[in-house]
Amino acid sequence: MLWEVDVVLRDGGGDHAAREVTTGAAAHGIAGCTRARTAAGWLIEGDLSREQAERLANTLFADPVTESFVVDVIGAGRLTQPLDGLPTVVHVLPKAGVTDPAGLTAQAAAAALGHRVVVRSLRKYWLPSLDATDVGRLAEKLLANDAIQDVVVGPLAIASLAGGRTWSFAQETITLTGLDDAALEKLSRARCLALSIHELHAVRDHFAAVGREPFEIELETIAQTWSEHCCHKTLTSGVDHVGPAGEARYDNLLKETVFAATRTIRETLGPRDWCVSVFKDNSGVVRFDGDHDICVKVETHNHPSAIEPYGGAATGLGGVIRDVLGTGLGAKPIANLDVFCVAPPDTPAHEIPPGVIDPQRLLAGVAAGVRDYGNRMGIPTIAGAVAFHPGYIGNPLVFCGTVGIMPRGHANAAVEPGDLVVVAGGRTGRDGIHGATFSSIELTSESETESGGAVQIGHAINEKMLTDFVLEASRQRLFHAITDCGAGGLSSAVGEMGATLGADVDLDRVPLKYEGLSATEAWISEAQERMVLAVAPADWPAVAKIAADEGVEATPIGVFTGSGRIVLKWQGRVAGDLDCHFLHEGRPRQRLVSRSMPASRPPLTWSGDTTVTTALLNVLALPDVASKERIVRQYDHEVQGCSVLKPLLGPGEGPADGTVIRGVLGRDRGIVLGVGLRHHLGRLDAYQMAAGGIVEAIANAVAAGADPERIALLDNFCWGDTRRPESLGTLVEACRACHDLAVAFAAPFVSGKDSLNNVFTYTDAAGAAREISIPPTLLVTAMGQLDDVRRAVSPDLKTPGNRLAVVGETKPDMAGSQLSLTGRVSGGDVPTVDAATFRAAIRAVSAARRAGVLQACHDVSDGGLATAVAEMGIAGCLGARISLADVPAAAGAGGGDLGLDLGLDLAIAFAETPGRFVCEVRPEHAAEFARCMDGVRFAWIGEVTSSAHLEIVSTTGASDRIAVDRLAQAWHGENA
Amino acid sequence: MLSPRALILRAPGTNCDHETAHAFERAGGLARRVHVRALAERPAIADDCQILCIPGGFSYGDDIASGRIFALELKTRLGDALMKFRDRGGLVLGICNGFQVLLQTGLLLADPTTGLPEASLAHNTSGRFIDRWVRLSCDPGPCVFLKGLSELELPVAHGEGRFVLRDPARLESLRAAGQVPLTYATDDTGRPTNPNGSLGNVAGACDPTGRVFGLMPHPERFIDATQHPSWQGRLDPSAPGAGLTFFINAVKATA
Repeated sequence: MLWEVDVVLRDGGGDHAAREVTTGAAAHGIAGCTRARTAAGWLIEGDLSREQAERLANTLFADPVTESFVVDVIGAGRLTQPLDGLPTVVHVLPKAGVTDPAGLTAQAAAAALGHRVVVRSLRKYWLPSLDATDVGRLAEKLLANDAIQDVVVGPLAIASLAGGRTWSFAQETITLTGLDDAALEKLSRARCLALSIHELHAVRDHFAAVGREPFEIELETIAQTWSEHCCHKTLTSGVDHVGPAGEARYDNLLKETVFAATRTIRETLGPRDWCVSVFKDNSGVVRFDGDHDICVKVETHNHPSAIEPYGGAATGLGGVIRDVLGTGLGAKPIANLDVFCVAPPDTPAHEIPPGVIDPQRLLAGVAAGVRDYGNRMGIPTIAGAVAFHPGYIGNPLVFCGTVGIMPRGHANAAVEPGDLVVVAGGRTGRDGIHGATFSSIELTSESETESGGAVQIGHAINEKMLTDFVLEASRQRLFHAITDCGAGGLSSAVGEMGATLGADVDLDRVPLKYEGLSATEAWISEAQERMVLAVAPADWPAVAKIAADEGVEATPIGVFTGSGRIVLKWQGRVAGDLDCHFLHEGRPRQRLVSRSMPASRPPLTWSGDTTVTTALLNVLALPDVASKERIVRQYDHEVQGCSVLKPLLGPGEGPADGTVIRGVLGRDRGIVLGVGLRHHLGRLDAYQMAAGGIVEAIANAVAAGADPERIALLDNFCWGDTRRPESLGTLVEACRACHDLAVAFAAPFVSGKDSLNNVFTYTDAAGAAREISIPPTLLVTAMGQLDDVRRAVSPDLKTPGNRLAVVGETKPDMAGSQLSLTGRVSGGDVPTVDAATFRAAIRAVSAARRAGVLQACHDVSDGGLATAVAEMGIAGCLGARISLADVPAAAGAGGGDLGLDLGLDLAIAFAETPGRFVCEVRPEHAAEFARCMDGVRFAWIGEVTSSAHLEIVSTTGASDRIAVDRLAQAWHGENA
Repeated sequence: MLSPRALILRAPGTNCDHETAHAFERAGGLARRVHVRALAERPAIADDCQILCIPGGFSYGDDIASGRIFALELKTRLGDALMKFRDRGGLVLGICNGFQVLLQTGLLLADPTTGLPEASLAHNTSGRFIDRWVRLSCDPGPCVFLKGLSELELPVAHGEGRFVLRDPARLESLRAAGQVPLTYATDDTGRPTNPNGSLGNVAGACDPTGRVFGLMPHPERFIDATQHPSWQGRLDPSAPGAGLTFFINAVKATA
């Protein structure tokens, strides 16, 4: 019998989902949808009587205080009766095969109550009488995402929830012999392999030497292992580069830039080297205290999030959490960060290409995905950013990061021959087939329908249970190695762990969500929440016991053999047999050509009359600068109890620079996170974009209290089509900047990830082919350390009468600045990083902190000095007076048509010269502060006041005042 | 004298168990984290404990409603053991998800005749999860955990924390009986800090004895001054946070 249970709130006024529908309908211009009601619906299939179904609804599904329910056989008339006079009934259900976390949870709970049933969840809406077109638009824009959900208007007609038939073994051989290049490329496209012609040749030649044609599962394994996503083939290729610094030849770009910087730093540090395991495991590991190491990883999950924002962001976070869990012998995830790059929220509807999700809905979706996954995992989301640029319209960027902690000695792991291959966690389904190869190709307006199978939905509770299991097994040291099933699924996880030893895997033993997966599907599925462990046979009983105690499924599916081959079997028959050496070393290296010449910049031009405070109001309201409180407060940033400096700080709840947590409950040593992203410079000068991002991330961390001598960096390169020499050229320039700055600051890169080919192609209304590329974007994450969290420094102003100093020199380079986005200035040069000066500045600021003379500190970033001081005032609910004439500025600032004075004031107030800080110092500490600044350019520019106004005195001595409350309103977007 | 023992009961998805155990230990107690499966198999584990705490988290994912399945499991597998624990004078504390569980099990604010829950914690009026600090008023009455407290700040972090009563008129009698001892207060500017639309600004409720107590705010997240969002430059960073008092009170009451 198939039952439907609909649960509705007794008090329709509390139906928040209904309110979202009515407001959303109004926003989309759908008239007449002024009222709505919603229900949480459940489909239950099994041997249940009506009475049993009602009892289940009563005990499991409905709240006796707030809700009522209706139970009936699916399709029964009373299930589609009007509610509150609303006649149109719309059902939204997960598509078959899409993970349904609530359904799975309910199914398990029903099983615990003794009912063997299948449960699926649905959402149900009652709407006014609307024409079919409006219902269709509502469904498309607000109610459902057709990549993962089905919409049914009117009664549901579903015969059964059971899906899938048993797959019987069939060996598919793919003939490569005799195929010409065109046929090979056609094959690669048709099978979504994303292999280049050189790679296809290598595969063809390899199997010719072996003396047979490849099996489908072997070809798939090679495609997964060789995908851009898994092996970064562009960044590790050889490049002949021509750039502003001349010609350069790289044999392996990444190795000779980013990795080389880390190697140089480690060699220089010698015995004081504090890196533990970098660029080889799932995350980068560094020393923390006498007992612990810490690790960090930041991943991108751009393509899946473009198609299904909620699921894409949630599984992006789920994946990076497993990266940390799968580092060494397992690390405990203790903090998350997330960064989103999206198109401006006010992008007009006609500028949104077909197949693209509206940026506001997208941002709400990705934030909700991180919220629901991170919060359920019990990992605080402590840091992040949201950045806006029209270039992200078709390719939004979603970065998710996780920090972990592990006992010292857990960083290095090695599989031993004879170890069991144990898969633990969620079951395997068809979800996410071809995610690795999908992420390596371009998105088009058709991607939503073509690649829906690559979209996954997370089930956080499974990952939480998996984490509890892994950490306990790790504590008891019951496994030799562990890795997560991410892109490429088991094929990548087992392939990597068995890269030298090899493994025999019985694919028919992989626990499946439903019948019918082929051996290949089980092998490459990217179903979420799975880890692979290498367990000595003697330890297996203890591992199995912990898994049972935590309610986690763990299954041995094979053995790491020592044969040097990956042998895949189905019920004893060989399905595939690959040489590990060919799989991991057989990919032909490519040599690429790149060039990069930043265009000459138009002269600096000021336009429009304004005052500094008016411009400040405009800048504070810009999306990059404005408060992210609405998102931040949806994240639990305090769970685990280690929070010290939160993302919103001070009595006025202003923005933090770096955020700080304790590494271990009850101990005082801290971890600081900062992020840097100068995306507006990406198209102007990729080198300075990257350099500025590094400086911003480090400045964030140091302002909060990080020791500048112990900052680990992560790179996340997101680029457009790097097959073009000009685009690759900017990537090379960014890599060069990473090398140069890391060495200059002795801040090693410890891990990274790239996402290339972020180009969106579509046909516009006039029938012309269009493409939109993202601006070259490097996200830099800085993970710092602080010996005593009680000496952390927050940016909120503390006490009237304290003095304000600015550290660092201001230069009038306005290109890419927030002020330029307001239209008040155009042209000018790109702000440049002076590495030696910045290194001296962070050491000086850190010395001042250690001397105890920093009352507040804020780095100067988006929106320049005026914005920084305004944010400090907003956070502290205090005013300040600053004099622009006192700000150390480079000669030649200002100028242009508006006349020297206003241009000069605006330049000083809003230039985004990297590497500056604003510091609050008590008058009696001024001399000590100045001593700490020895050799560093700084100046006293004003003081904290009790007036609740920000007063900015211009270079000509004119005073310009504005209430801090008004600044706060602008920053909170309350000005319109 | 032996330190009182606190049993921190966790389920799949519980995620505040470590810091809650840490808070009891900072207060001078001994804390033991126990999985609900283990307790169901051997209820005697609770025999030498004086305090039972259900900490925060998303038990079983909270995919149907917060605390629903955990509560169902407690009722069906441990109902008698919990009643026995309460009746022999054990203290019971439910924080956030634990509060939701206590209400749904009927250990707290159940109709005395039917045993059905009288109160529930519904979705916040904003419709969204929220993490923020709130100001709270304490009128301890019989509530053991709040002894000596009048006003304090704590963080909340929940999506379902709106206190509702089946019969809203019951609020007055609950007040009179001292059963709603913790409420959201107004801030310095006079604005209410009620973050979720709770009836009567109720943030926490106890049974008539004051020994079974549930609350939405997280006292275990304010045991050090440095956990406060404005500590830097304003509070002594080495001082304890006000939330520690909850745990000290519990430990003292059972010592």
